[in-house]
Amino acid sequence: MNVYADNAATTRLSPVALRAMLPYLENQYGNPSSLYSLGQRAKEAVETAREEIAAAIHAAPRELTFTSGGSEADNQALRTAAALGKKAGKTHIVSTAFEHHAVLHTLKALEREGFSVTLLDVHSDGLVRPDELAAALRDESCLVSIMYANNEIGTVQPIAELGAICRERGVLFHTDAVQAVGHLPIDAEAANVDLLSASAHKFHGPKGAGFLYARRGVRLQSLIEGGAQERGKRAGTENVAGIVGMAAALSERIPRMEQDAARVSALRDRLIAGLSEIPHAALNGDAARRLPGNVSFCFEGIEGESLLLLLDDRGICASSGSACTSGALDPSHVLLAIGRSHDVAHGSLRLTLGEDATEAEVDYIIQNVKEVVERLRGFSPVWRDLVSGKTPHIL
Amino acid sequence: MALYSEKVMDHFRNPRNVGVIEDADGVGTVGNAKCGDIMKMYLKIENDVIVDVKFETFGCGSAIASSSMATELIKGKPVSEALQLTNKAVAEALDGLPDYKMHCSVLAEEAIKAALEDYNHRKK
Repeated sequence: MNVYADNAATTRLSPVALRAMLPYLENQYGNPSSLYSLGQRAKEAVETAREEIAAAIHAAPRELTFTSGGSEADNQALRTAAALGKKAGKTHIVSTAFEHHAVLHTLKALEREGFSVTLLDVHSDGLVRPDELAAALRDESCLVSIMYANNEIGTVQPIAELGAICRERGVLFHTDAVQAVGHLPIDAEAANVDLLSASAHKFHGPKGAGFLYARRGVRLQSLIEGGAQERGKRAGTENVAGIVGMAAALSERIPRMEQDAARVSALRDRLIAGLSEIPHAALNGDAARRLPGNVSFCFEGIEGESLLLLLDDRGICASSGSACTSGALDPSHVLLAIGRSHDVAHGSLRLTLGEDATEAEVDYIIQNVKEVVERLRGFSPVWRDLVSGKTPHIL
Repeated sequence: MALYSEKVMDHFRNPRNVGVIEDADGVGTVGNAKCGDIMKMYLKIENDVIVDVKFETFGCGSAIASSSMATELIKGKPVSEALQLTNKAVAEALDGLPDYKMHCSVLAEEAIKAALEDYNHRKK
């Protein structure tokens, strides 16, 4: 059996999105900036896509700027808020310890440019506490950036509540909603967000397309200088097919979202229950306040990369926060942020189910993860020391 | 392109000489769990010849494959020859390792040497 359980990494392109894209890769190849009808048809396609996406997140079309994806949108959101803050003499930013690197690395760059950054604790349940955000805000705070749902452990933050605090204090609020859009109902207005990033390939759209929502009145700073595309906020000829595919994929998701979320959440809980039977294993992040398809575990005594390779042999695509899977020395900063120790974080496994997941697939995953963990523990000196009592169990 | 060579995958999927030697003449442990790699080597030595070797490894695919290959390279060899084992020889025998995984072969060399050191120490 082949099971793709890495939907947080990327998703399969929807056939509906592909069909919508094809004309713009074939005959409708015009440049939206050209005045003849071939170009104007492409322009119309981009603007129709903008309207569809705006409707899907309860925004106005002119509040959306198309980008190359989530990372660019995150960079532009942070750079915009920082530039606006600097103009007003405000150079303090609040974020969290487990943001995506597109946010964390941009914050590092801003620190080098003179900004000060406070990273909020996400606690062992992977959730930000609104009162801790309120306490961290200063008069000179210009931006709060907190992800809607975490990419590794799937925890969903109380965004509207966090946004309300920011609004009351007059601080811009950005949320990296890359994992949430297309999977959770998003209402940009009700969520009290000023800036929101999204990426098409996380919701069955194509790679290379994303968008940044910026509430009316928040003047975006351009990262890429050049032509006047995207009202001068993002130069470069539009990725017409990508944008059309993104809108088609999102429009397809919206009416099915509630039903899919309920079904996938039930499968997720089945998977969590099954993996919980493995001794000395623990779920990462809150069990209920998490994305419908996200399951993240740590297993004592084994290392994540070898786990992934053996699962791959059995047709299961998954991911891990182990250092070895990324070529880095430290394991996932997300797992460390929720208080997992280094050795336990190396033995992590992330399984992210898609909308087409089945009970048979979940049971196949459970069976195989159990077997593979047992096999690796069978020749792990760490596991031997744990079992013999030489070192104490953590999980 | 695959992450690892066929040989690495073979030794990872079917590691040779896995296990423990209860009455080992030399035992070496290197690495630490914090970094994600621990190797433990057990040697049985008779007349200064390695007659048996077993290993246990906590680590990634290349760490497991490197341990397995290292045991193959020293099994049946005199201690003096095993002491000459280099990480390069382990990596080459595996048809190469990705650059950022070369430390796994270093760990394998160090584990063998630690076990041989333990053997020499016990002999005294």
